[in-house]
Amino acid sequence: MTGLLDVPVTLATAGRVLAQLRADRRTVAMLLVVPSALLAVTKQALDSRTLFDQVGLSLVGIFPLTTMFLVTSVAMLRERTSGTLERLLTTPMTKLDLLLGYGLAFSVAATAQTLVVVAIAYGLLGLQTPGSRAFVVAVALLSALLGTSLGLLASAFATSEFQAVQFLPAVILPRTLLGGLFVSREALPDWLHALSDLMPLSYAIEALQEVGRRSIITVTLLHDLAVLVGVTLVALVAAAASLRRRTPSA
Amino acid sequence: MAAPPAVAIRATRLGVVLGGRWVLQDLGFTVPAGRVTGLLGPSDGGKTTVMRCIVGVQELAAGDVEVLGAPAGTPRLRRQVGYTTQSAAVYGDLTVRANARYFAALYGLGAPAADRAVGEVGLTAFRDRRVDTLSGGQRARASLACALVARPRVLVLDEPTVGLDPLLRHELWAHFHALAAAGTTLLVSSHVMDEAARCDRLLVLRDGRLLLDDTPSGFRIRTGADDLDEAFLRLVCPGGPRATADPA
Repeated sequence: MTGLLDVPVTLATAGRVLAQLRADRRTVAMLLVVPSALLAVTKQALDSRTLFDQVGLSLVGIFPLTTMFLVTSVAMLRERTSGTLERLLTTPMTKLDLLLGYGLAFSVAATAQTLVVVAIAYGLLGLQTPGSRAFVVAVALLSALLGTSLGLLASAFATSEFQAVQFLPAVILPRTLLGGLFVSREALPDWLHALSDLMPLSYAIEALQEVGRRSIITVTLLHDLAVLVGVTLVALVAAAASLRRRTPSA
Repeated sequence: MAAPPAVAIRATRLGVVLGGRWVLQDLGFTVPAGRVTGLLGPSDGGKTTVMRCIVGVQELAAGDVEVLGAPAGTPRLRRQVGYTTQSAAVYGDLTVRANARYFAALYGLGAPAADRAVGEVGLTAFRDRRVDTLSGGQRARASLACALVARPRVLVLDEPTVGLDPLLRHELWAHFHALAAAGTTLLVSSHVMDEAARCDRLLVLRDGRLLLDDTPSGFRIRTGADDLDEAFLRLVCPGGPRATADPA
């Protein structure tokens, strides 16, 4: 009765979070349109097919991580500040029900976002990769899940929406800078390369670049996917640990 | 006189420290089962902290709190204790019905339980309205509906009638007594004295200590005051109202 997880409760929570998201039409529109629009701008700016095949492909992995991180951390923070979190923790719901409910809801949103951006990248913008589109979608989804679980964790360290939003430049931007988008990771100084190794987004970008280079499933690709899944799970467990049912007496 | 009712909530030498300050100290009281008990006292007196201890979201620094015979916060109590916070903790971007159905789902209950609870607080006509388009009183009732869905044996309500007009307050109090008559234990905080008169029993807190544990009539007799407002003032500031820093 007091297990770790109650599937109907998790599903009800995912449904509730999605209903809240749906009620905010403008956010839904931005989630779906902004990544594709940015990709189109990138295509125009680069004016080189091979460069777009590289950079555009990496962006397909960066967008879902960034947007899901932001949306999740703010949504969870709202749950904390509005008092609904405290209330939920007085019900039979488990912490995992809540976190997985959020994860599930934002995975649905991320799937929609990824399908739109991948369809536009290949269909309209002429992105070409030797590897399968299905892998691109899979990497983008894992990267979205990673963004969601990092967002759930980050919300524990923010006490206001202002702080939560600041995590984007503080946490996500360095990953983009060092992840191999602007400078190849091999060209980085040793200490930055080591830092880049610690950043999970680097693995999403590396995985996408593998798909962009080869049509076969490589060990590097599988290794990258495993790292993404592993870091997502660790962040989720850490987020669960940071959720306390009781305010400490001190 | 009937036999004394069973005890639903018992606090023993309860102490809580927040921000390095003892906000509750050496507090002992019982709340009888199947009755409406009022938790009264000036703001910052510790009413909300007492309630948070009972529903199990506040760690104790000393003493203990038992609810229905088990330590407060025990997992099985989560199905038996309903709680509403002072500000309506519901989702403003969802409808009244969506909120109630979500909370029903957390207890494994379906739409009928949710719709019944919405009806109980008189919001059926507003059930398809988003909560953030409702008045403050309606929001408070939406929040109460979410606490009622699971028909808890113990209801802990933090200032549930703030901002309600007299008619609604009257209806809600009648509803509280109907729930108590059906066996539910209610602990209701308030700072309105005319509500104290509607309680079966009163607990008065000030500065984290219990000033009084009595019936409303016992309260009046003990303080020698004719009405509860006066009794409250005499109890809380024995030197007269001027002894308090805040001009009322």
